[in-house]
Amino acid sequence: MMLRSLGPASWRSGGLIAGLLAAALAAPWLVNDYLLTVLIIILYFAYAGQAWNIMTGFAGQLSLGHAVYVGLGAYVAAALFTRFGIAPWIALLAVIPVAMACGAIIGFLAFRFGVTGVYFAILTIAFAEFARVGFDHWDLVNASSGLFLPVKQYAHNDLWLLRGDPTMFYYVILAATVLAFALCFALRRSRVGYFWLAIREDEQAARAAGVATFRYKMYAVMASAAVTSFAGVFYAFFYNNLFPEQVFGISRSIEIILGPVIGGIGTLFGPILGAFVLTGLAEALNAGLAAFGLDLPGAKQLLYGFCLLIVVVALPEGVWPPLARRLGVTGVGK
Amino acid sequence: MPFDVYLNVAIGGILTGLVYGLMALGLSVIFGVVRVVNFAHGEMTTIAMFLAVLLFAAFHLDPLILLVPIAAVLFVFGYALQASLINPFVTRPEHSQFLLLVALAIIITNALLIVFGPDARSVQTSYSLDSFQFGRIIIDAAKVYAGGAAVVFALLLFGFFRFTLLGKAIRACADNYTGALVVGLDVRRLYALTFGIGAACVGAAGTMLVLVTDVTPMLGPAYTLLAFVIVIAGGLGSMAGALAGGVLIGVTEAMAGLLFTPSAKSMFVFAVLVLVLLFRPQGILGKRLA
Repeated sequence: MMLRSLGPASWRSGGLIAGLLAAALAAPWLVNDYLLTVLIIILYFAYAGQAWNIMTGFAGQLSLGHAVYVGLGAYVAAALFTRFGIAPWIALLAVIPVAMACGAIIGFLAFRFGVTGVYFAILTIAFAEFARVGFDHWDLVNASSGLFLPVKQYAHNDLWLLRGDPTMFYYVILAATVLAFALCFALRRSRVGYFWLAIREDEQAARAAGVATFRYKMYAVMASAAVTSFAGVFYAFFYNNLFPEQVFGISRSIEIILGPVIGGIGTLFGPILGAFVLTGLAEALNAGLAAFGLDLPGAKQLLYGFCLLIVVVALPEGVWPPLARRLGVTGVGK
Repeated sequence: MPFDVYLNVAIGGILTGLVYGLMALGLSVIFGVVRVVNFAHGEMTTIAMFLAVLLFAAFHLDPLILLVPIAAVLFVFGYALQASLINPFVTRPEHSQFLLLVALAIIITNALLIVFGPDARSVQTSYSLDSFQFGRIIIDAAKVYAGGAAVVFALLLFGFFRFTLLGKAIRACADNYTGALVVGLDVRRLYALTFGIGAACVGAAGTMLVLVTDVTPMLGPAYTLLAFVIVIAGGLGSMAGALAGGVLIGVTEAMAGLLFTPSAKSMFVFAVLVLVLLFRPQGILGKRLA
């Protein structure tokens, strides 16, 4: 399968990946601190978008509440670190099961009782909102006054405890994004991946063909939840403060979704490209408005909204599929 | 706490819930016919609320009268929106529709923020502080008028869909898209009309809402979610279900505010949604899901 498809398109996309990776590895030497932070945010959204794509892009289950997995990951890791000094990498042993359990509950509730499509999407929002209000009143995690990680000047980067300068965080999130990309690449070509695709395209036909749709939909939700939860761990240790309003808010879920949808849903490059386009757009609007001396609250978001509208009307498939055709790498990373 | 207190709060919740129900009815009508989930529903509600505040400040007209012109304005807005932007998206996948309406919601919220600023606005009518008393039960007059107007508006809508030719044509589009095309209905125009009617519900409900609560540009997403929960709890596609769901959610909110803390009320609303989905996934008055 792999060998047969190793035509010029594969070589070209291989070259594309290698070139991008080389540029990404060299980036900290090429850009200033501000741009490096922007790159970290871009990669963060690329990673989270890739994780969301597993569930919605591959298996066709529209989740509009992915903030719940980010939030759970962030809170569990931050609470374990601040209370017991447990390193985030060890905390993943708790974070991933918690996120998967949450995904399993949502999936079970929905898929057992025939809640599909839009109903399912709204159920996912309901869970994120439930978590937001719940954490807002939960004193063990400081409720609405927020959970803070100690910020000290560290003499050197401590990768084990994820304490250090932006360059370290940059390489951590870059590694995570590359791993997520590789995971999605593998999943997309695995047996499970083809089952997901069958469910996405026509669930009844998939069931008729003998696919255990309930089980594979559960796998999709749980896999996506598990991958997403690390984004939460990263968020907690990078920003050092957590407020339920900010971590679980519906606008957080929407931010995660925008990247892959704008980039090209169900594709491997889509989430990464979408994150670049959207974060780049937001930064460009910031710079543009500052250049005109326009300091109106809401002006940036208003223009952002219009840009989204134009993109979604003009490019129904997202940015990546037409670009891939232009670059001659169609059929790869789809 | 004496029993009257619960009863008073519950009745207040029912009346507010009827207004919520009318707002959700708009969502239900749009989804039932056009099959697009209006993710900008709450934002449209805030437009109506700000229009009510603005017109009240300018002309000192009672919101109960303003209801009619505001519903008309929102109707035109909804019609134009469907005819221009949303019609081409009817056949696109859900996430594409979602993105379109989210973009619209962002635009509305921030346009309102630029025009009106972030502060809460309200309307002080002559009867803001009045109340009716029946024995030991005391009910705010404003809530009675708001709930009553919502019921009247909803009844008019039921009548329209049941008895007029246009209403029947719209229901035909909802029941069988291809069939409607075959018998020569102009489906795109009917979709635009439907979105307009849904937006008119929002206009009326938003105008009533300023009688019972303040408005800020940031309230949009909360009302969108509220409308979703009500419609799912009541049963998508059932018009009476939307009102019943509104009442259920209105009472839940009021009771949670009384027994726990007002800021936690939306958690109970979502808990009710999960319970409904668990034990009656088609909603209180909905037909069985296929």
